[in-house]
Amino acid sequence: MSAQSDLTARVTRPRGRVTQWVGGDGLFRAVVTLCSAVVLVTIVAMVIFLLVQGFDAIRHYGFFSFLTSARWAPSEADPTQSSPNPYGILQFIYGTLITSLIAMLLAVPVAVAVALYITNFAPLRLRRGLSSLVDLLAAVPSVVYGFWGIFALIPALKPIGDFLAATLGKIPIIGVAFSGPYFGYSYFTAGVVLAIMVLPIIAAVCREIFATTATSWKEAATALGATPWEVARVAVYRPSRTGILGASILGLGRALGETIAVTMVIGNSVLAINKSILGQGATMASVIANEFTEATEPFHLQALFVVGFWLLIVALIVNVIARRIVAAQAAR
Amino acid sequence: MRTATLRTGAVAIAMLGLLDACGAADTPSSAATSSTPGATAVCQGTTANPGYTNGIANQPSQATSLSGAGSTFVAPMMSVWTSGYAAKGVQVAYQSIGSGGGIKQVQSGTVDFGDSDAYMKDSDIALAKGPILQVPLVLAPVVVTYNLPGVTTALKLDGETVGKIFAGQITSWDDPAIKSQNSGVSLPTLPIATVHRSDGSGTTDIFTDFLTKESPSWVTALGGATKSRGKTVAWPSGIGGKGNEGVSGAVGQTSGAIGYVELGYALTQHLSYADVKNKSGAYIEPCNQTVLAASSGVTYPADLRFDLTDASDTHAYPITGTTWALIYQNQTSASKAAALLNFFSWVLTSGQDQTSSVNYQPLGKDLQRKCIDQLKKMTLNGQPIVQ
Amino acid sequence: MSALAAEIAAYTAKRRHRSAVATAMLALMMAAVIGVLAWVLLYVAVQGFSALTPGFFVSNPPGNPGAIGGGFANGILGSLIIVGLAALISVPIGILTAIYLAEYGRGRWSNTVSFFTDVLIGIPTIVTGAFVYSIWVIRFGFSGFAGSLALAIVMLPLIIRTTTQMLKLVPDELREASLALGASQRKTVLRIVLPAALPGIITGLMLAIARAMGETAPLLLTALGNELFTELNPGKRMSTLSLQIFNNAITGFRAGQARAWAGALTLVGIVLVLTVVARFFARRSRVAR
Repeated sequence: MSAQSDLTARVTRPRGRVTQWVGGDGLFRAVVTLCSAVVLVTIVAMVIFLLVQGFDAIRHYGFFSFLTSARWAPSEADPTQSSPNPYGILQFIYGTLITSLIAMLLAVPVAVAVALYITNFAPLRLRRGLSSLVDLLAAVPSVVYGFWGIFALIPALKPIGDFLAATLGKIPIIGVAFSGPYFGYSYFTAGVVLAIMVLPIIAAVCREIFATTATSWKEAATALGATPWEVARVAVYRPSRTGILGASILGLGRALGETIAVTMVIGNSVLAINKSILGQGATMASVIANEFTEATEPFHLQALFVVGFWLLIVALIVNVIARRIVAAQAAR
Repeated sequence: MRTATLRTGAVAIAMLGLLDACGAADTPSSAATSSTPGATAVCQGTTANPGYTNGIANQPSQATSLSGAGSTFVAPMMSVWTSGYAAKGVQVAYQSIGSGGGIKQVQSGTVDFGDSDAYMKDSDIALAKGPILQVPLVLAPVVVTYNLPGVTTALKLDGETVGKIFAGQITSWDDPAIKSQNSGVSLPTLPIATVHRSDGSGTTDIFTDFLTKESPSWVTALGGATKSRGKTVAWPSGIGGKGNEGVSGAVGQTSGAIGYVELGYALTQHLSYADVKNKSGAYIEPCNQTVLAASSGVTYPADLRFDLTDASDTHAYPITGTTWALIYQNQTSASKAAALLNFFSWVLTSGQDQTSSVNYQPLGKDLQRKCIDQLKKMTLNGQPIVQ
Repeated sequence: MSALAAEIAAYTAKRRHRSAVATAMLALMMAAVIGVLAWVLLYVAVQGFSALTPGFFVSNPPGNPGAIGGGFANGILGSLIIVGLAALISVPIGILTAIYLAEYGRGRWSNTVSFFTDVLIGIPTIVTGAFVYSIWVIRFGFSGFAGSLALAIVMLPLIIRTTTQMLKLVPDELREASLALGASQRKTVLRIVLPAALPGIITGLMLAIARAMGETAPLLLTALGNELFTELNPGKRMSTLSLQIFNNAITGFRAGQARAWAGALTLVGIVLVLTVVARFFARRSRVAR
């Protein structure tokens, strides 16, 4: 290997002073070990600082009062009153969950299908290119998706939204969730944008998982006369189900925290939970982006830090679960 | 279609041609019908440039930049001022983030000046680092703008109807309440999408001040007069847009939408806007003359905190407001203090002649003089600057 | 007998048919995804190119947002400065952490760091922005540097992740040879392992930079923006390309929207170039293949 000779040349070449002053091995080891602490310190500091910044509001209104109300009305905040809490955040948690759920319903099946196609069906010479193209979807910045969402996606979704409102929206009981009118800015639109944004993440992880399933299984299935679809289902998809779950939760983690694209298309209605997915709402992330630099009411900014704190906690939990599942699958 | 451009006369048309050529190309050709006879008679051309010359003598200053933030209502005006003033070697970086944001930045002292279309209340000033000079800069109307394809004449709306629309009680454009005020206009059966501000906004304050005075339904829906007016209110429904920019953007994108923005935004974006019924019962088109009428006969308090909504003059446009520059009375940097005095003195004199280019209304003579006097109260470490 | 054979043949044909249909469905999904990508990129390209003028890269936005012309020169400069500073902060820490994970780290602490690096990747960037606001902006005000801090936190775990992977791909024979020749572990790492993994590491860096270039949410809370003027001092409020796209995209001013489309095209262009060049480096990398 040329690398090997290269290496010998490097090692035997006389050293200048440059590397000497870095210090001994012990110091270098200490430096890298110290750096490794930065990640952990950052995460711990995030939790602490968000809590500290929100502390005044938490002390004033009570820790759980934020989670028991779905009414966000900063204009009604009165420093002399501590109840009811005008900063209920349930509707933001709901908005975050419902948009992520819509995104998952749309993205997971497609992502799995795409990953399966690339790893098992696509012509060999196309596989690499197709992977790159799907990855490109993840490279497009959030703000561009939001912009495209307003001008290209909303007009395209309008007939679909109107159709949903005219059909599902008329059914008793569940109709509430689809009742119109559909103006474009909505949970639904935000969910569709999120689906496009998380799809490449889920697809990439699935692709890796499918690629690592034992070739022997595939060969065995093929030898037994299984059709390509049966091979994919039995020898690739089925053993990977845990991994797909992990990949989906990873995508969910991304969807929960996505901010700018969602803020641009969700309609930013903060007062209460909107029962219809075709209506306007807000997510935990979008309300922070919208109100942070202009939070002037009493405890307003502190309440936004409380929202940030809970968003961080939800994101931490979801990501920890996802990483554990993916790691467990990889270890198999 | 009675387009926005035709409503303000030749000067506005010329300006718009310069400002937004791609937009102007979209405007249907000028086959527009004339608007309400009474209103057009008032809204002819623009008002004359005031040509004020009573500015403060130039203060020597080394400062080459000032930073400001706040109202989006005044942003188009401010951008004309700042780009004009840059020729004098001073960059005034104004960030249009909303009046609420402007007040907040002033309170935390992160900007040299703020700007808000709602004056700082005593409770706001209590959170600041000292007394604040609040200086009105310009007058302008908040217009009720809408996106109704096929409707070619300006709608007439009274306060109660607008209030009910924003309270979510009128949800379709062919509602009898709208129809009865607009006989002869064929209103589509289209759901109404209300668009409001998602940020703390002086425009909202002016608009909800008007609704609180004119719409009992609005007040009831919001739970009382203390809750129905403010820079933010608990909007019962609708789409939230960031800034005047965001509201006009969402209205423009959404068929059936209604929102409220400063006049210049509607004009530049070719959005239609309504004639609003004033206190004397006339439907008034928002324009320079009707804004001026709203400020006629007002006696201004010493601290220059006042409202111009729902004025009693027969030609007064009822949703008229002003915007206040927010400056710490006591400055600690000599060069910053001098730069602030120079800039705002210029804004209140030569700057007033540039207002009509973006469809704002200059301050009246009496108010302008009081504003200059207000500026002169500025101190440097407790010592008066202007003798 | 022949009936059974016919039945089997029919069943096999049915299975083959089902397989063909399923394959076609998967191909269709694949095509749909590519279609969405093409839709996004072409839409941005068409809108962007029709709004893009040479002046876009050298001039600032005009005072009046309704005025046509002007550009995002200040935002592009701001993005370069803020992302550059973010890289200066995150690259050394990221690479050193990766060295720890790949070369020194064994056992519990290393697993913990590795695990939380992945977790940090998943933390919403708006939360990162709020965090930097609480540790920096509250004391020193909005500034380009605060934006850099936020982007550094966004980039850090990405750099650690890719660099660790690249270092681990360097064959152990290289390390053994170096150590056998008497080089210390530090020298082995800095002189042998790191250079061998360099192309792969650069790939990771470029992808992290591409990600940071497009970030908007954390900058709203830190750099804030400076719409009209060129600000080169990172101690002051700065505009970035992403912030300017956001601010102009949501307006109703067609001239502003046009500038935002030109900006979106520029941003997508920068990100795609970084991504493609990164792949080129990845191909060149001997160890990464």
